[in-house]
Amino acid sequence: MATIKSSFLNLLITLGVITLVAGLTLGYVFEWTKAPIAKAQMDKQLRAIEAVVKGYDNNPVKEKFMATTPDGKDSLEMFPAKRKGELIGMAVKAKSSRGYSGDIWIMVGFNLQGDILNVVVIEHKETPGLGSKLTEPKFLNQFLEKNPGQINLNVKKDGGTVDAITGATISSRAFSEAVQLAYETFQSVNHGSTQQ
Amino acid sequence: MAALSNKENFLKGIIRENPVFVILLGLCPTLGVTSSAINGLGMGVATLFVLVMSNLVIALVKNLIPDKVRIPAFIVIIASFVTVVQLLMAAYTPALNEQLGIFIPLIVVNCIVLGRAEAFASRNTVFASILDGLGMGVGFTFALVLLGSIRELLGSLSIFGWKLAEADGMLVFVLAPGAFITLGFIIAIMTWMKRKKSVNP
Repeated sequence: MATIKSSFLNLLITLGVITLVAGLTLGYVFEWTKAPIAKAQMDKQLRAIEAVVKGYDNNPVKEKFMATTPDGKDSLEMFPAKRKGELIGMAVKAKSSRGYSGDIWIMVGFNLQGDILNVVVIEHKETPGLGSKLTEPKFLNQFLEKNPGQINLNVKKDGGTVDAITGATISSRAFSEAVQLAYETFQSVNHGSTQQ
Repeated sequence: MAALSNKENFLKGIIRENPVFVILLGLCPTLGVTSSAINGLGMGVATLFVLVMSNLVIALVKNLIPDKVRIPAFIVIIASFVTVVQLLMAAYTPALNEQLGIFIPLIVVNCIVLGRAEAFASRNTVFASILDGLGMGVGFTFALVLLGSIRELLGSLSIFGWKLAEADGMLVFVLAPGAFITLGFIIAIMTWMKRKKSVNP
């Protein structure tokens, strides 16, 4: 089939040319898809914010700031929701690295009292059909309008109030942990800046 | 290899030489992503694209590649197309891209793709190779969608995301063991049908 002899020089030239062409093509496609990929990620963040806080008229992404978690180990992205210049709520992006596989990223919306307005999962790699049920309303709805300061955000197995997903206690635990972290971080910011 | 008609080149991959059910190639993504029908479809179409494009390019350049570097050259070509697919999916179908996750880059090491490059595209014409890639890709997609539909139906009581009943299905079918069980039954049924056909012509 191949009509080119397998001499050292031929091998070198062939592989060189193939990898060069492949590299150039990939570079072109990368440049070409860069903007759409960034836009897709931006849209995703915006959708998550829209889902967890309501009634704002500012651009929370533009006013984003970082807040250090109370244990000082990490800092979270905070998206302030304002109406007529006044803070009405906050979308907090938090993660837990203690899921079943990989990080779980969530977006939690709080009002100024610290009640959870809504919470969505932005990204996770949990087991399909088990841990992936994190994203379903059946699990998420139990967090709505709850104030993490008043309830024990642990799964029932650990003495808390969270109904874990059957067969996915680890995922449920990690999720609750991320919500708790978001709450605590939000509280430290909230008390620092907005309390009259 | 005996020359086959164009129709044969295309059709053989769908049932008679179906890469998953008959040749048993590419089982890693097959078992890994088919927890739902839509995942199977996405994976199938991504692989189909890579198969057709790599078969096309390899058939084009087959005479320019010395035998000794054949495999590395094929792998570079295949890997490039896989990366292109991945970038395109991240840009235009971000949700599906997240669902399929690591399995998209793993198309590179899917034995079906390298297998067709080596067994078919490197010794056939460009046109025949495209047909072969299309047929194999459609066969692979068909297998994945079938497997994904059965698993989704039994495991989550839904099909293509359409919930059929508000209840939990048999969880085992969504998990890895369910993939093996379902695939085993499909292969058994296909073998049984083939035998019956050859006994009573």
